[in-house]
Amino acid sequence: MTAPTAATTRRVLLQLRHDPRTVVLLLAVPAVLMVLLRYVFDSRQQFSAIAPSLLGIFPFLLMFLVTSITTLRERSSGTLERLMTTPLGKLDLLVGYALAFSLVAILSVVAAIGVSVALGLHLVGSFWWLLLITGLDALLGIATGLFASAFARTEFQAIQLMPVVVLPQLLLCGLFHPRGEMATVLRWASDVLPVSYAVEALQTVARSSHIGGDYVRDLLVVLAFVVGALALGAATLRRRTA
Amino acid sequence: MLGRHAEPGCATRNIERNAGPLVSSLQAATKVRTSRAGNSAWGCANRPMTNSVVEARGLRVARGGVEILHSLDFAVPSGQVTGLLGPSGCGKTTLIRAIAGTQRLDGDLSVLDRPAGDPVLRRSIGYAAQSAAVYVDLTVAQNLRYFADVLGAPASDLDRVLDIVDLGAHRDRLVGRMSGGERSRVSLAIALLGTPRLLLLDEPTVGLDPVLRNQLWHTFRSLAADGMSLLVSSHVMDEAQRCDQLLLMREGIVLAQEAPTALCERTHAADIEQAFLILIGDAA
Repeated sequence: MTAPTAATTRRVLLQLRHDPRTVVLLLAVPAVLMVLLRYVFDSRQQFSAIAPSLLGIFPFLLMFLVTSITTLRERSSGTLERLMTTPLGKLDLLVGYALAFSLVAILSVVAAIGVSVALGLHLVGSFWWLLLITGLDALLGIATGLFASAFARTEFQAIQLMPVVVLPQLLLCGLFHPRGEMATVLRWASDVLPVSYAVEALQTVARSSHIGGDYVRDLLVVLAFVVGALALGAATLRRRTA
Repeated sequence: MLGRHAEPGCATRNIERNAGPLVSSLQAATKVRTSRAGNSAWGCANRPMTNSVVEARGLRVARGGVEILHSLDFAVPSGQVTGLLGPSGCGKTTLIRAIAGTQRLDGDLSVLDRPAGDPVLRRSIGYAAQSAAVYVDLTVAQNLRYFADVLGAPASDLDRVLDIVDLGAHRDRLVGRMSGGERSRVSLAIALLGTPRLLLLDEPTVGLDPVLRNQLWHTFRSLAADGMSLLVSSHVMDEAQRCDQLLLMREGIVLAQEAPTALCERTHAADIEQAFLILIGDAA
């Protein structure tokens, strides 16, 4: 890790420390939503079936929101332009952000998993494999948020990107209806969206103690999307504008 | 052409005129800068005017299909305070952004002997945009520390720049709770971090009270006396008197490029504002 990357991570974490309300919301909301989910179903079996998918979706959604707004703020306040006149590399900035938010996301996920298990989630696979894929899911949200922020001029627009980017993936990821039974076109759409793979991996870990090639494939697909979104995000950061 | 270099004799006179503030203002800051400048040529008083830090030939900038800067030729002399003056919307900010390397351009623009936007320049230019580009959810010291880390500047740099902008007592205050004038001083402090040779300040004194404005101009003068080159934009004509050299702009062209006294003599004007009006009359 380069010094400017570490400095950026430190700076973003310091900014969060000055905003305790955001920290509490980030850490507590997924856990509280799991409690809500548990009592909406009022059945351990149903909760156990659906909870793993949501453990992947909540960090993705939250991190997408937080990152797209924060990056947009960096763009509109002039600090991004200022940073682009310094030796800071674009990847220093992106990786710095990703590391800081990943740390928060992992704490948030650990809280949500803990609450879910306490409420009756029957986890067959290893906790660490679950943490790995949920963490990667959060990273996906961060990378996508960094990229998406380039398409919003105001915070209002950035918020509107959330339903555009997140909700279709939620509908197509297999949570509401098995992917295999979808119409061909929808199946194709589902196949090219990263959250589908994240949810599949989460269900694998929750239901089986055997980590097979499918899990590894899903993990690699999500990782590829993270790297791709970060690269696209870097391309949207311009040293010089027209 | 208006954008011609002044003759060397004029430059020497300017430098002699600057000797006053060198002695009088902000000695603490001066000491540090002098030691940093070391044996470099920047402190040398007898350099010719052609030693410029910025040179533009046929510089054009278009934004959104509209040409903002129309084929500019000008030079910014080194080791002096150059005032970039003109009414709002005349292209001052676009010009400064072009020099800072954040604006796409056509034509020739060399900055410290390199093409504008060259990566090497990222360590030699201090840039403070018109809006204070600072993190409002961090303290003054946390802001400075971050930019110092990015530049690879030592931690001791914080005290030096805080001294210059007179914010030492406020280092642990949250920038978001500070006034507009204080924020722009934080922004200026960030621009001073590291070892910039050229300082680009876009309307640094806007919204400041007269006392603070005066202090800042003393700071600019003492930085220049130490060999730093400054390009300071303003739309307040009375700030022109405090500059060694002026770039007068209007509607995307450079109207005049000379020392304030020379400008007043040439136009037979009582002050810069009147000189500006006379030049507009000429241009029209």
